[in-house]
Amino acid sequence: MTVALELFRSVPRYLASRAIGDRVPGLVAGPLAPLRLVNRDEPVPPAPGWGRMAPRLAGICGSDLATLSGRTSFYFSPLVSMPFVPGHEVVGDLFDDVEDLPAGTRVVIDPVLSCAARGLPPCGSCAEGATGRCDRVTVGHVAPGLQTGYCADTGGGWSAMLVAHRSQLHPVPDRVSDERAVLVEPLACAIHAALRGRPEPGDSVLVVGAGTVGILTLLALREFTDAGTVVVVAKHPGQRDLARRFGATEVVGPGEAVSAVRRASRAFRLQPERGGPFLLGGVDLAIECAGARGSLELALRTTRAGGRVVLAGLPVAGADLTPVWFRELEVVGAYASGTERVNGDRRSAFDLAMALAAEVELEGVLGAMYPLGSWREAIDHAMSAGRLGTPKVAFDPREEA
Amino acid sequence: MSRPGFVLEVDERTPPLLVHRGEGFGLQRFPLGTRVVYPPDSLPPLPDVRGAIRTALLNPLGSEPLPELLRPGMRLTIAFDDISLPLPPMRPPDVRQLVLEEVLELAARRGVEDVELIVANSLHRRMTAKEIERVVGERVFRSFWPERLRNFDAEDPDGLAYIGKTDKGEDVEISRRAAQSDLLVYVNINLVAMDGGHKSVPVGMGSYRSLRHHHNVNTMLHSRSYMDPPSSALHGSAARMGRLLANHLRIFTVETTLNNETFPREFGFLNRREWEWSLRDQAGYLAARKANDAAPARIRREVFRRIRAPYGVTGVHAGETEAVHERTLAGVHRQQKVEVSGQSDILVVGLPYICPYNVNSIMNPILVMCLGLGYFFNMYVNRPLVRPGGAMILFHPVPWEFHTVHHPSYVDFFEEVLAETTDPAQIESKFEQQYATDPWYVHLYRNSHAYHGVHPFYMWYWGAHALDHLGDVIFVGGDRRTVRRMGFRAASTFADALEMARERVGSSPTITYLHSPPLALAEVR
Repeated sequence: MTVALELFRSVPRYLASRAIGDRVPGLVAGPLAPLRLVNRDEPVPPAPGWGRMAPRLAGICGSDLATLSGRTSFYFSPLVSMPFVPGHEVVGDLFDDVEDLPAGTRVVIDPVLSCAARGLPPCGSCAEGATGRCDRVTVGHVAPGLQTGYCADTGGGWSAMLVAHRSQLHPVPDRVSDERAVLVEPLACAIHAALRGRPEPGDSVLVVGAGTVGILTLLALREFTDAGTVVVVAKHPGQRDLARRFGATEVVGPGEAVSAVRRASRAFRLQPERGGPFLLGGVDLAIECAGARGSLELALRTTRAGGRVVLAGLPVAGADLTPVWFRELEVVGAYASGTERVNGDRRSAFDLAMALAAEVELEGVLGAMYPLGSWREAIDHAMSAGRLGTPKVAFDPREEA
Repeated sequence: MSRPGFVLEVDERTPPLLVHRGEGFGLQRFPLGTRVVYPPDSLPPLPDVRGAIRTALLNPLGSEPLPELLRPGMRLTIAFDDISLPLPPMRPPDVRQLVLEEVLELAARRGVEDVELIVANSLHRRMTAKEIERVVGERVFRSFWPERLRNFDAEDPDGLAYIGKTDKGEDVEISRRAAQSDLLVYVNINLVAMDGGHKSVPVGMGSYRSLRHHHNVNTMLHSRSYMDPPSSALHGSAARMGRLLANHLRIFTVETTLNNETFPREFGFLNRREWEWSLRDQAGYLAARKANDAAPARIRREVFRRIRAPYGVTGVHAGETEAVHERTLAGVHRQQKVEVSGQSDILVVGLPYICPYNVNSIMNPILVMCLGLGYFFNMYVNRPLVRPGGAMILFHPVPWEFHTVHHPSYVDFFEEVLAETTDPAQIESKFEQQYATDPWYVHLYRNSHAYHGVHPFYMWYWGAHALDHLGDVIFVGGDRRTVRRMGFRAASTFADALEMARERVGSSPTITYLHSPPLALAEVR
């Protein structure tokens, strides 16, 4: 038996969450969330190459919060299997030997459940190292699930025990603390997003959102690209210092973003009779990291003609796509991580993230840790994280409630 | 017989005194011993302004009479001061209208056909058609608008003529139409001692390339003050440019001076000394005060915007620029000069609702700073009213409010530039070029009604001498966030402001209150 937070199917809760969850975060954390703390059977390694793992820390991601408040698209429904234990940003200890890794090894997991984990011959994407693009996430040794943390068979980070496949495991060097290791997965995604943007040296970049995704994407831009001016849009004053520390050229609030980009790019500013202003001109690259409609529209309206917009945050419906057509923008998705080309070498984003986590001062990103039993407070805090100035909130499943 | 200005020393019998506070005013008690500088009484206006204008045109100083300068087939351009003068805008007919009508009548009689009128707005915003009509009058407007009556466009590459460099290497570039004319007539209103003379043409019709030679921090720091041309580096530069121009172009200057009848009857108490308020003035004050406090902001603004000054014209002089300007300045001094004995630790000023750059507009925080630390601080000859390291206390709400059509570059200046630094020299070196050449601001200056992208910088430089001189700047009633962004302090009441100032200037400071408007120029011994 193991203790876990389980997401279960509840239509009434889903609907209610969706209707008012955004506005009143406390209610999501409370009676509305389709989440419950249970004692359930330990997950069982489904095949050779799998082993059990005890999480030390497991992060709460924006996509988890979106799932809890019913804001994710129905598109995902065949890509998950209920009930599942959320938590895909995990650092923990192996309970079993897994191939060359002995029990007790401290690891982080790449949550994507690709062909290798599922015991399948590699699909085209997996063969190229782009495991995030795996086509086989619904078949094989485990139930449908795009990642650990969305699959009924694997368990997830928000528990005392889960199972993982060798292909998912990345040993953590001693010099990387748990607090930094839990950020490796989001950092890998951020590196992937920054490199999907393919900024040329000196390009101007707009990063919309200064939560974990935005902050880490900013860091990745500074470490792995030669981008020039990087303007970061931060909704909350508490996020601004961190953004400046991580290398933002300028940090502005959402209301000032259009003006700031206009000044930096010397563009012309036009004001439609309805809706927000837009620029003729703008940044070379915008990376949307907030997953909100307003932030996507901001990115689309302030990118120059022929520029690129990367969707690093889980997108929402309803954005006006006119600028994509009129300005001939390239809109590019950035999901999970994969194999990146850096300085002519091909390296996995996880390796790059682990190396970066070892070197860079990441103080201030992980703000708070909660035991599983305090999950309501944890979710509440995570939903207000921006305002409270603590980008990342995590569970520590080892702690008693 | 109008009485000269004087300095009152506040004693036990002194009533609370009137203080302007933006779109409002109130009565304020001042500590015993405060010196209050009152402007001279308003001089009587000329009995026959048109006659005076005609006389001046026919009997100019240092020049042939105007009709002798006019002939058929010539190219004549007439330029005139823009909407920044006078303040408040004067009750019709504007004196410029009267001068223009006389000049144009003479030109018509002498058979001059190629005539163009240009608003000398420099890097200020374009005036609207209605605003121009109010200045030039209906007759002139209907005859010349729009083909032969227009705003000056300092960013029109085809509309500028490069004249040359002064002996100090200053570029002189002005309106092509003006430069290529056989005669340029300039019609001015010399409201304060800074205006007029050689400042009119090189600045009013000059481009950024020219203006940057004197509209800069170094020049401002060496203009002590710019209300005193002999002591002003700004005027030194303008004079060099003007003399260079005078070698290339025949300029006939017409300058006018006004008295101190600043406020109309319903606000007449604002013109007069408090202890001389009649019963009517007192009632007027109470009524105006109550109505103003009760009115919604929109109405209040509209009431102030519609104020028309019943200015009387006290002098008209015409002819060669320097000869004319000497007489003009004497007229300004006669109306405004007040002798003040010595400096004080604290200078108090109540800022009115209007400055040269917010006519029919909004006084944003940068303009408040310019009005207070620029204009009012510099209303001195010889030495500032406040000692070096002293404090200036200003009354104004300083709202975080901008007119986005008139002042778009100001919004960005406030949000971007001042967020980084308030030091004029750093601002100049880091940001001026970017704003002065931004194609969007250029577009708005040329096609909308926006002040040039560089203009907020000039506003900030205008206060550079004060920033360098003062030890403390406190706004009574100022919005804290706004005031802090500019690097100043805010106090809720005058008493609090004095308390705060005492930290810097000592516990028993001497205080001078400049009771203005109406305008007063302090000659500080």
